[in-house]
Amino acid sequence: MTGGRAFKSGRELLEEQAWDSALRCVQCGYCLPVCPTYCSMGKESASPRGRINLVKLAAEGKVDVLQDLSEPIDLCLGCRACETACPVQVPYGHILEAAKEAIVAERAEGATWEERLRAGILRHLFPYPRRLRLAGGLLWLFQRAGLHSLLRNAQFLAKRAPAPFHLGTALPRVEAPFRRMRRGSLLPARGPKKGRAAFFAGCIMDEIFHGVNRSTVDLLRHVGLEVTIPKAQRCCGALHAHQGMRAQAKRLAKANICAFEASGAEVYVNNAGGCGAMLREYDRLFQDEPEWRERAARFVEKIRDISEVLVHYGPPTYRKAWEGVIVYQDSCHLRNVQKVVEEPRQLLRSIPGAVYVEMEDSDRCCGSGGIYNLLHFEESIKILDDKMKVVAKTGASTLVTTNPGCHLQMRLGAERRKGSAPLRVRHLVEVLAEVCLE
Amino acid sequence: MDSNILKEIEGIFPKHRILTELSERYSYSFDASFGQYLPELVVQPQSVEQIARLVRLANERRIPLYPRGSATSLSGGPLPVQGGIVVDMSQYPKRLEVDRENLLAVVTPSVITAEIHKKAEEVGLFYPPDPSSSHVSTIGGNLLENSSGPKGLKYGTTKEYVIGMEVVTPTGEVIRVGGKTVKNVTGYDLTRLIVGSEGTLGIVTEATLRLIPRPPARRTLLAHFPRLKDAGYAITRILSSGILPAAMELMDNACIRAVESYRPHGLPTDAEALLIIEVDGHPAAVKEEIRRCEELCLLQGAGGCRVAEDKAEREKIWMARKLVSPAITRMGPTKISEDATVPREKIPEMMERLKRIREKYQLQLVVFGHAGDGNLHPNIIADERNREEMERVEKAVGEIFEAAVSLGGTLSGEHGIGILKAPYMEMELGQEGVMMMKKIKEAWDPNHILNPGKIFPTPGQTKVVLR
Repeated sequence: MTGGRAFKSGRELLEEQAWDSALRCVQCGYCLPVCPTYCSMGKESASPRGRINLVKLAAEGKVDVLQDLSEPIDLCLGCRACETACPVQVPYGHILEAAKEAIVAERAEGATWEERLRAGILRHLFPYPRRLRLAGGLLWLFQRAGLHSLLRNAQFLAKRAPAPFHLGTALPRVEAPFRRMRRGSLLPARGPKKGRAAFFAGCIMDEIFHGVNRSTVDLLRHVGLEVTIPKAQRCCGALHAHQGMRAQAKRLAKANICAFEASGAEVYVNNAGGCGAMLREYDRLFQDEPEWRERAARFVEKIRDISEVLVHYGPPTYRKAWEGVIVYQDSCHLRNVQKVVEEPRQLLRSIPGAVYVEMEDSDRCCGSGGIYNLLHFEESIKILDDKMKVVAKTGASTLVTTNPGCHLQMRLGAERRKGSAPLRVRHLVEVLAEVCLE
Repeated sequence: MDSNILKEIEGIFPKHRILTELSERYSYSFDASFGQYLPELVVQPQSVEQIARLVRLANERRIPLYPRGSATSLSGGPLPVQGGIVVDMSQYPKRLEVDRENLLAVVTPSVITAEIHKKAEEVGLFYPPDPSSSHVSTIGGNLLENSSGPKGLKYGTTKEYVIGMEVVTPTGEVIRVGGKTVKNVTGYDLTRLIVGSEGTLGIVTEATLRLIPRPPARRTLLAHFPRLKDAGYAITRILSSGILPAAMELMDNACIRAVESYRPHGLPTDAEALLIIEVDGHPAAVKEEIRRCEELCLLQGAGGCRVAEDKAEREKIWMARKLVSPAITRMGPTKISEDATVPREKIPEMMERLKRIREKYQLQLVVFGHAGDGNLHPNIIADERNREEMERVEKAVGEIFEAAVSLGGTLSGEHGIGILKAPYMEMELGQEGVMMMKKIKEAWDPNHILNPGKIFPTPGQTKVVLR
């Protein structure tokens, strides 16, 4: 399952990849109050400190990788808020991925059908743009045929339905396949050209939120950048790395590095906090391949979130006002990994007419966690409901996010608060496009 | 765990409040100090009744119990060293009521200390004890360890702020000690006995805390000294000039260099010491006092002195102090954090002794701390996988304690004795002194079920950091 590493046991993998890092934890507990799962589950095994301790013990052979370590690790959202609270800079993200890889290595034999299905989707769907497009097309057909709203209104299903059903109802209407932007072409800047940006489209973004991608490209052109969408780009590999499929993630990373190097752009722009975080950590994937590590490091230097680019090359010019209170929910990976905190807020504050309110705990995970909400629906909903209570306190009519996972989760949250005032959930780019573009 | 006992425990707690799995038990086997001790069970009480029933059962069946808050202890306070049950108090129902008229707060033990700061501040009040982990640690843990942080000099320690408690005794009675009045001389002062008892005499289920009006203004300065001795003299000089600063923090040269190489701050790396002084009170008084502090530092040979002009500058000064911890952990994976405390005027001498210990044992020993109240934090950075080095650490730690006690100081200013300092109790208190304390423990806890193995050394125990 893990390429050439399959002969190593989970324990050996941990000893090799995570033990040293885990030893750096001084168990001070500073990570406890910022950990969403510790706060909602109320036990140490659901805390970063507890998980790191279990990884250490598993590496030392004192607890079993599958029996003892797998559940606490599976229940981690991977939001990495703990890294920002850690006074000694324990690389939690790295430890988490090593633990996932070790668990996958151990499970290879006795994987359940669900695990096989998940691994199969990650291995056979996400790496292939054409297959993804096909899936997106099917989803469009499904929605066109009215099945989507039928499902949404099927109250009898709502109580007993599995997680994918609930999340399915939170999906927005996807764009028709024939309306998609073409890859490979160079789109000119509006007004005097300030530089060239290569756009990273992402898989979920491109299939489910294609409109956001289109607006992103338009906004880039709006602030004076010519834009290319490299044709050979692939999935960023984040889902693979988070699920312990490191070899697969490395293959995707190499493809992307090649595709973007060839674009001749000054900046590589993306609009999904989670993908951007993965792209920004490509150099860490290649600890054992110095040549690729160097190429990856150069690639990483050019990665930008759309908000950073709009602030740097902008500000965008506004042609209309926005009404009501806007709140912003940080994408954990944009904030904690990419360290982009101020730019989205700065843009939102500058929108004429809008009242920007800083939401309490806006830096706390919404419970989406990549595909966490699919795998651990109940735990995720508990965190989401708490989040929606905080949103309600602000009186917001618009909630802004910067990542597709969060976007879907917040849409689900908005659906769940039926009865209260309607809440629009938007990607930052959608809001900006509406007030800036013709 | 005996299945009969387990059955009885299941009669007290709902299933999800009893943690039995190996991964769960290992998750309560540590704190922020050393060592790993696997408990047989972890329970998460939700009421006084549950705790009282559990303690009675434990007392009857001789099962060790270990109350635990957020487990930020640096002395091994909550470690289940003799097996038994960890009583996780961090999930106890949180209640925090501020009584503005009486200047009081009533809290349950699971409340995070920083929440008390916040709630008090909202109504213009102030709870001074502020250990550096106050945003994580529970008030229950703070009370039982009597940990106080940098403001002890002016405002006193935690024990000065606890005036009443509800406690479950080691034999399972629920008692109330102290009350709601600042003055109270009715009988023995059991409140002060329980505070700092490290969970060996009772489990606190509610506490009444004293609050004071919040000082309206504060000013901060940073001074560096070419000679460490002068920093020490500056401290005594300021204090004898009639000024009582809210905080006086000291960093030695090793700390300064560690911070500078970690995140350059513009600190002078050739200075032997750095002082951060903060005064608080009425704006006019504060303005005058900080100017006077600056003057005295310069008179005492400070190489430079800077008073923060605004909030940003003040935060930058404190950031230098806060960065010490992460900066020094880059020197090695294992940090042994001590808190030997000496009378204030002995600080220069203590620093000299620490320097000699560092040279003798060739260790990375850095010193920072709350210099105003003599509470130093010598930290040794080592690698616990290096046995030979750890043996040197062991000896150095012993000598640090000896130095502190011989200068009229104490083993621990705020971290507690726990298991790490237990072997040195007699050195400070003498045989008879320890005996009197043991008698108190015997009277309260005849069967030694509450946090056994703490404070008093177990026979033959000499090792501090080595396992």
